[in-house]
Amino acid sequence: MLAEPLRTAEAYVSLNRVSKTYASSRGPVAALVDINLDIRPHEFVSVVGPSGCGKSTLLKLVAGLEAISSGTLQVGGQPLQGPPDGLGVVFQRDVLLDWRTILDNTLLSIELVRKPRADERDRAKALLSRFGLGGFEHRYPWELSGGMRQRASICRALIADPNLLLMDEPFGALDAMTRDDLNVELAQIWQDTRKTLLFITHSIVEAVFLSDRVIMMSKAPGMIVDAITIDLPRPRRLAVRDSTEFSGYVHRIRHHFAELGIVKE
Amino acid sequence: MSGLLKRLLGGDSETRDIILVLAAVLLLWEGGVRLFHPSPLILPAPSAIVAAFMETPLLFLRHLGFTLVMTLIGFGLSVVLGVALAVGIVYSRLLERTVYTLLVALNSIPKVALAPLFVIWMGTGPEPKIAIALMLGIFPIVIDTVLGLRSVDPDMLHLARVSKASSWAVLIKIRFPCALPSLFAGMKVAVSFALVGALVGEFVAGSYGIGFQILVAQGQFDTVRVFVSLLLLGIVGTILFFLVDYAERLALPWHVSQRARRERSAGHA
Repeated sequence: MLAEPLRTAEAYVSLNRVSKTYASSRGPVAALVDINLDIRPHEFVSVVGPSGCGKSTLLKLVAGLEAISSGTLQVGGQPLQGPPDGLGVVFQRDVLLDWRTILDNTLLSIELVRKPRADERDRAKALLSRFGLGGFEHRYPWELSGGMRQRASICRALIADPNLLLMDEPFGALDAMTRDDLNVELAQIWQDTRKTLLFITHSIVEAVFLSDRVIMMSKAPGMIVDAITIDLPRPRRLAVRDSTEFSGYVHRIRHHFAELGIVKE
Repeated sequence: MSGLLKRLLGGDSETRDIILVLAAVLLLWEGGVRLFHPSPLILPAPSAIVAAFMETPLLFLRHLGFTLVMTLIGFGLSVVLGVALAVGIVYSRLLERTVYTLLVALNSIPKVALAPLFVIWMGTGPEPKIAIALMLGIFPIVIDTVLGLRSVDPDMLHLARVSKASSWAVLIKIRFPCALPSLFAGMKVAVSFALVGALVGEFVAGSYGIGFQILVAQGQFDTVRVFVSLLLLGIVGTILFFLVDYAERLALPWHVSQRARRERSAGHA
């Protein structure tokens, strides 16, 4: 098992021998086994793996939405008890509220706690227009395309200016072209804000394009099998995907999965 | 010809269809009675029913008004109590296991059979009528609202937890708006049930209301006056239903059903 290479000194997110076991009618089922992972501040880390490898469970653990079964999990130097402060989450489905305008949806995470201030409303508008949603602030989610809705849900996650952003296959339900657009936009916004980012995906190309580091997971039970540092120049444009270095990384990851019998080569 | 009718009956295609169907039924009815001359004891003509109403319109309207007030109070109480109960059931395991289980079990027995009991408990005044209307109306409200409050996307609730929202904020800003479409579906059923409840209350005991009017007319074999009451009830029931429907349109412009409706009428225009 790969332990030490993933550990670094001043990690923002730190998982040490974390396991997650679910109770079921046929006895306990291990979803995650012995996960060691450190994410440095301002680092973009992707987790790739087949369906059912527990990558979404991993995200829920870091979000404090589910409790770990064993090991230690720290965020910002604190052991996790419930969702940590300064956290933003984006899910695969945008879960926007149909009765709220795009602007009000963006402000939801603040409004659930207190009344948003005027400067926060301005901030939300600025965020929306930055994601190409300027002029759509007062439209409703059902008037927008899937890509625009997911952009709005990213704005909602960013509105409280979180330290840590967790994204669970956020572009998995989008068509290929919209997905490329959003990859570029996310790379850009990460470049500007340098959020610590944990990104779950099943697309190797997406993971390599976006990340500083790609974590590979296998399934049944879910565990980390390898971690690859992506040393491609930033800021990244789509053209980087045509480079030999890029295909080298993609090939290496795919080859490794193939060796494990997870994908066919 | 049809162009002229359309202009006469105005723009809303749904209202127009309803009026056309009702007019056709009344015409057939009137024609059938004039053609086959059934005994007026069995089936009076619509024209005779209107004439009977015009003889004593105020009497009918007073009794109808009483029934309507009983219905509305019973319905209003069933909405307020039903929503409160539903919230309690969704937030408390204890209430879910006790009250909800009991409600679901009780829902399957014919509740009108309890009407005589309410007369024993409450007498022959307005109280048992309101109570029966409330009892009939509250079941669909509670059951549909519980369903609605629970139909929130789990990821939305995850998001609320990450934002550290209080359960009160989650209820008011997420769960309740999410439950509104179900609540309105329950209200549409409940308003008709409340009318049935008020009427049953009047059948069982008392000396007022349109139900009482039907009993009196039946005792005198006055079929025409029974039909006047039935027709008035039909009109009131329909109006009540459409009032709830209208309130739903105002409250839920964002809901899928309303969007589909708008698209349909846009297509007609």
